[in-house]
Amino acid sequence: MDTVIGVQYKDGVIIAADQANARSILIYQSNLDKIKQLTSHSAMGVSGPNCDLVQFTEYISKNLQLYELRHEGTKLSTKAQANFCRNELAVALRKGPYQVSALLGGFDLTTQKPSLYYLDYMGTLQKVPFGAQGYAQYFTLSTMDREYRENLDETAALDIIGKAIHELQSRFLIKQNNFIIKVIDQDGVRVHSQGADPADT
Amino acid sequence: MSVMTYNGAAIIAMAGKDCVGIAADRRLGVQLTTIATDFPKIFQMQPKLFVGLAGLGTDVQTLKNLLEFRMNLYKLKEERDMSPKVLSHMLGKILYSKRFGPYFVEPIVAGLDESNKPFLSTMDLIGATSEEKDFVVSGTCTGNMFGMCESLYKPNMEAEELFETLAQALLSSVDRDAVSGWGGIVHIITKEGVLTKELKGRQD
Repeated sequence: MDTVIGVQYKDGVIIAADQANARSILIYQSNLDKIKQLTSHSAMGVSGPNCDLVQFTEYISKNLQLYELRHEGTKLSTKAQANFCRNELAVALRKGPYQVSALLGGFDLTTQKPSLYYLDYMGTLQKVPFGAQGYAQYFTLSTMDREYRENLDETAALDIIGKAIHELQSRFLIKQNNFIIKVIDQDGVRVHSQGADPADT
Repeated sequence: MSVMTYNGAAIIAMAGKDCVGIAADRRLGVQLTTIATDFPKIFQMQPKLFVGLAGLGTDVQTLKNLLEFRMNLYKLKEERDMSPKVLSHMLGKILYSKRFGPYFVEPIVAGLDESNKPFLSTMDLIGATSEEKDFVVSGTCTGNMFGMCESLYKPNMEAEELFETLAQALLSSVDRDAVSGWGGIVHIITKEGVLTKELKGRQD
């Protein structure tokens, strides 16, 4: 049910996710933030049952912070972070799987390059220029295939996300009113827009 | 839904005259949706030793990491390179060790041994190994691939002809399979080195 979409552009990555926290026919909450910040310059948009989302993302982000504390502030590259997540998911798969599918986006300050990784709940990892998780795949991938080019600027990338969200809102059975959109670039992770403020209790 | 056809794969390896070739498709899918068209399924373990892994994507990646780890350990202990036969046997043992909770991959080992003689082997997901002299196939369209190889294959092909044969066999096989395709990659290993070429076929 959860929608997570991501697009890489020349100087960064944009990740968007719906804000609904629902089970069966009940919406528990409609201002959930499903794009968890991992380090100063990376974030992971996640889809799945809320318990696994929270447990997995907090476990990963705390471990990444611990690495930085232990190694005198050395930051892990986005590729390393993604592979760490993959390994945790793959090991958990045959013990007690995390039913979390993610799009991990990050900006590497050392190489000045952005990257976006598709990570499914079994631990399949692939670097992609754009991606989607959940039912959103069926609606948005073709639009993104059409519109995506190399070296997009931020406005164009946001436009693609906008088109993808528009497609979902007109054709997807489940009404997803609120989307949170985050941008990850040289300056870090920032919220571009949100349907509802996650801080409202 | 079968786990072996969830992500989609097609891998062929063939032996030629003092050379081997290994080819694979490039698709990563989730059943019928295509996620990526550059997913690696063939991994170079040593300069003249390649392993192709077909099956569930996560296990392809896990096994690739595990093999690299075991290979590095072997090299540190034995102070020599691993021969293709040893890798093949080790892989078979690793897979059987998970007999009642297997890795969902069916690997292919292709390489040149110390005397530059071609080596090919394949195994099922629990490590039943089969060494062949001509060709081995693995993936979601093995029926197609066996048919293509049986008709196109000739013994003692030179590198150029081997490349053509492999490429045509792969492309024709994946075109009739919904979950594999979206391009191909071919590696030809000769005693001089490795030639790698990318194939563009039907993008569907």
